[in-house]
Amino acid sequence: MAQSQYDLMKLSISIMILVVVVVFAIAFYVLIRFRRRPGNDKIPVQVEGNHKLEIIWTVIPLILLVILGIPTIQTVFALAEDYSRDENAVVVKVTAHLYWWEFEYPQHGVVTAQELVIPTNAKIAIEAKTADVLHSFWIPALAGKIDTNPGGNVNRMFFEAPKPGIYYGKCAELCGPSHALMDFKVKAVEPASFENWVNAMKAPAQLPSDPAIAEVFENKCLSCHAVGELGGPAFPNLTGMGSRESVAGILLNTEEPKYENEGSTYENLYRWIQDPQAIKPGNAMPKVDLTEEELEGISRYLAELKLEGFNPAELEGNSVTNDDQEKQQ
Amino acid sequence: MAHAHAVKRYSGLMDWLTTVDHKKIGILYLISGGFFFLIGGLEAILIRIQLWKPMNDFVSPDTYNELLTMHGTTMIFLAAMPIIFALMNAIVPLQIGARDVAFPFLNSLGFWTFFFGGVLLNISWFTSTGAPAAGWTSYVPLASPMYSEGQGVDFYVIGLQISGLGTLVGGINFLVTIINMRAPGMSFMRMPMFTWTAFITSALILFAFPALTVGLVALMFDRLFDGNFFDPSSGGNVVLWEHIFWIFGHPEVYILILPAFGIISEIVSTFSRKRLFGYSSMVFATVLIGFLGFMVWAHHMFTTGLGPVANSLFSIATMLIAVPTGIKIFNWLFTLWGGSITFTSANLFAIGFIPTFVMGGVTGVMLAAAPADFQYHDSYFVVAHFHYVIVGGLVLGLFAGLHYWWPKMFGRMLNEGLAKLTFWTFYIGFHLTFFVQHFLGLIGMPRRVYTYLDGQGFNGMNLVSTVGAILMGIGTIVFLINVAVTAAKPKNAPADPWVDGRTLEWSIPSPAPEYNFAQTPLVRGYDALWKEKMDGNKGMTPAEPLGPIHMPSPSILPFFMSLGLFIMGFGLMYHQWIFTGIGAALTFGCMFLRSVYDDHGFHIDPDELKDKGVKA
Repeated sequence: MAQSQYDLMKLSISIMILVVVVVFAIAFYVLIRFRRRPGNDKIPVQVEGNHKLEIIWTVIPLILLVILGIPTIQTVFALAEDYSRDENAVVVKVTAHLYWWEFEYPQHGVVTAQELVIPTNAKIAIEAKTADVLHSFWIPALAGKIDTNPGGNVNRMFFEAPKPGIYYGKCAELCGPSHALMDFKVKAVEPASFENWVNAMKAPAQLPSDPAIAEVFENKCLSCHAVGELGGPAFPNLTGMGSRESVAGILLNTEEPKYENEGSTYENLYRWIQDPQAIKPGNAMPKVDLTEEELEGISRYLAELKLEGFNPAELEGNSVTNDDQEKQQ
Repeated sequence: MAHAHAVKRYSGLMDWLTTVDHKKIGILYLISGGFFFLIGGLEAILIRIQLWKPMNDFVSPDTYNELLTMHGTTMIFLAAMPIIFALMNAIVPLQIGARDVAFPFLNSLGFWTFFFGGVLLNISWFTSTGAPAAGWTSYVPLASPMYSEGQGVDFYVIGLQISGLGTLVGGINFLVTIINMRAPGMSFMRMPMFTWTAFITSALILFAFPALTVGLVALMFDRLFDGNFFDPSSGGNVVLWEHIFWIFGHPEVYILILPAFGIISEIVSTFSRKRLFGYSSMVFATVLIGFLGFMVWAHHMFTTGLGPVANSLFSIATMLIAVPTGIKIFNWLFTLWGGSITFTSANLFAIGFIPTFVMGGVTGVMLAAAPADFQYHDSYFVVAHFHYVIVGGLVLGLFAGLHYWWPKMFGRMLNEGLAKLTFWTFYIGFHLTFFVQHFLGLIGMPRRVYTYLDGQGFNGMNLVSTVGAILMGIGTIVFLINVAVTAAKPKNAPADPWVDGRTLEWSIPSPAPEYNFAQTPLVRGYDALWKEKMDGNKGMTPAEPLGPIHMPSPSILPFFMSLGLFIMGFGLMYHQWIFTGIGAALTFGCMFLRSVYDDHGFHIDPDELKDKGVKA
């Protein structure tokens, strides 16, 4: 998808550079050649117009527009293809929330949040909607964007990831104070790794080994969040939290933090749970009343909540620290 | 001013509150539009300070969203539109040889409703719930009472509703004026280009603003009276708001840019000493742009999910607008071709406009290709594009027009040195600010973000952009200094200060007397004054003998009518029904007074014209 968009962008930008160069050339020539020299007080010839010239600069733009218009229409229709019923496609139901992303894989019976895991070289059929205000689903390096509308108005889009990697995803429609922070990650992995991921997501949930922490976790976290088959579906699913690239979409997990928004998975979880409003103003997660031990215990538990058997070798060296962000296209 | 007539004449503040003179109303529009331009500019500078480095915390996310909303809303509705109206008021009646607009009372009403609407909107900054923060597009559900609590968006709805009335009234007034009040011989195809663009812009206002009015009424019902127009859970539809908003919003873009096209046409022609190249194709292109401008609104909604048929049609329709726009660009270039070009400050702005606008235009065509727009949409590429057309196009056009017509409006020439300094700082600052934003968008920076993470390659370009914005601010300050310096000088501008004036406004003194033309001129061709000059005549041939001139009476009623709407707006927002009643009573009371008292105006006698010389 990104490739056909990129081709169209290249075509349009070439035509436009041609136009700009012609106009600039004429403008500079005219301004230098026809500036009034001192002492010249002549009245220039008052030209009314010139039919030939006027026809030329009407017809040439029309021809350029035909050259651009035909591939535009072809691409519009090609990108509007609906792959949601294609057996080989991976269907993902995307639901945007203030300020997080929910990804449901109906064919696989898996729900996750903030991290879209997809197999490479397969059509990913997106069905996007919102649970609250308008958002827009955008993965700059892989696909254009599609708005998420409320009220059963589902938008469809498809894309493909030709090679494994971790890509940035963003919200592209003003949705409130934390619009700028509504990022997510896309992990494109080999099809075999994708199967491993699905199986790992379905493995039975393990509660914290410390019974005191487990009780707090059940009472204070699972009332909103889910881990595996436990807990509620209303807020981000935490299954496999320790295997993700980020906490809350913007605190990036890395062992070599360089920027303010980077830290180890444990540090990021600790920071987030300690004061969610300081990280993402206006989000729905309150500051939960926890003791220091409980906060540390829960953060450690979640940081170690990894997906068994999901270790995609193809992503080695492809961490998601900011410097590695894929440039669009 | 002593007149031996039984007519009320005011002076000082009362004169300005009661004036129905199009030239004074033009100045009122300029002052208030200029004031809002400074506020909108300050908001822009604050936005750029917040974004100068990653993860900055100069303003909070909520404040940032208020700033971006108010910057857009203020610049479009309260700065650009009124300054356009300022120039239309100051110049159009003079260009067609009229003594005033068709409805002077309405003209005053239009100004005051705009003014009170704008003031109301900006008062939101001082309330406990703050300014609106849902973007100038105010998309629902974000703008619905559920997600925008407090009065913020109410200020947007009511403020724009009141000021929109003023704009609609003004548009109708200019349509009627241009159709009915042209001097003898001033046929449509002899009208100066600025008057033509004012005419088409007024027509666009007539058809586009009612859509906004309807949308705002619906949103007002949702917000104030629990309506369901845009509430999906009650059967409402949020995409409907997007359609209504852009059915208004896209023509609005052409409402803004067409007058700039007119200004550039006048200036380029004057300062190259040449007739506008391809006048009739210019007129045709203007009409065509106005017409096509109504059928492209959904190009703002390519990612809304309208489907491939709609997206293709709106792509092609949008691309078509490039053709008449290209005609205009080449006509300007060929007006300059073979001319004798002088680089006055006004002409610098006009010449600077041409390449800048072309750059904004070509990115517009790029955005028109729907599949590519899936990438550009809501990224900084779009921000760069529309600032190239609105600032690089419209604002440069307005600066050009102000420098060009300043002597006609105020009787004083702006200082050329300071004016050129304004041009260079503003122009360089503009390109620094917005050129890099194309690339920010292409590498994936979304718009309307209060901050961005470090290490994404956004830092350097954002810093450049902020430096540019500050330079634009300096340019604006230099302009203000120029205005202040000029105001202290004697009022001695000649009737035709640029010597090569071609149109009727340069045939009368600067500033124009209150009756404009002592004798209505006879127009013998396009570029009426130039034609007389070339035929060796000293001025225009009068079309009538010297006689008493009928003038409209000043009135305070428009001021109070608008004040009533202002009070009513507050009453509605805060559910204070007594205030709502008082405001409504004031407005309707003034309308009643206006209806029952006949005011036939007064006459200025011919001998009085001679006594007073020509200056009013």
